[in-house]
Amino acid sequence: MINRFEDVIIQTICRLLVPPIQLFALYVIAHGHYSPGGGFQGGCILAASFILLVIAYDLKEASKRMSEKINIMYCCIGVIIYSGIGLLCVILGSNYLDYGILNSIIPVEPAAARSLGILGVEIGVGIAVMAVMVSIFINIASGGEHGESEELE
Amino acid sequence: MDIISIIFILAGTFFFATATLGLLRFPDFYTRMHATGKGDTLGAFLSLIGLALYNLHDGMSFDALLVSIKIMFIAIFMFVANPTATHAITKAGLDCKVEPWTKKESSQ
Repeated sequence: MINRFEDVIIQTICRLLVPPIQLFALYVIAHGHYSPGGGFQGGCILAASFILLVIAYDLKEASKRMSEKINIMYCCIGVIIYSGIGLLCVILGSNYLDYGILNSIIPVEPAAARSLGILGVEIGVGIAVMAVMVSIFINIASGGEHGESEELE
Repeated sequence: MDIISIIFILAGTFFFATATLGLLRFPDFYTRMHATGKGDTLGAFLSLIGLALYNLHDGMSFDALLVSIKIMFIAIFMFVANPTATHAITKAGLDCKVEPWTKKESSQ
């Protein structure tokens, strides 16, 4: 068992770096529909900022910021946003994820409605990917114990 | 502007080259981390400043300035993150009791 790894320099720098990383992740998600990037990449960067916290502190300290329960909820919310926008298009009388029809409920023209629909789907994908990545990392790092076991620090 | 960016990129390449030389020639873990940690940081910083300046050589339009500012963000990020990563790796080595190189050891 490796000793508990605490270091002032690493913890301070990680605490300083996490907000810019998350801001960059939001930038990648928000620009996903007309430049390189998107929901998957931005979600992975968001998850990486959380994983950086876990590495610099430990699993328990990081679990206080985002517990397993909240994490699963984020995962479901992301999938609901994605499929909800898709099904909304079906309800309005078009194909699944055919965003052009959304202009009947948002007061914009069809092209802008398409752009906004893609942005909404990207946000859903980003949230879901972030939650699933963090969940996979926590499960692997703690051997399935979700950081509740005493011997794993 | 081009001359300045050429000087910056050449200086960055020089630091990369010396860092690689140190990585290949130094005797043990700590001295290698010492060489790459500093050399790579300054090399990347100078190269990125050179690229940011080269990006402006067509004149300062808004788009070019935006790209240069993004490159400078990458440079600042590397300038903070690279020494920290070096420190983390070195401390992990120290915690795992990697023996430092000594002169006596090499003579045997």
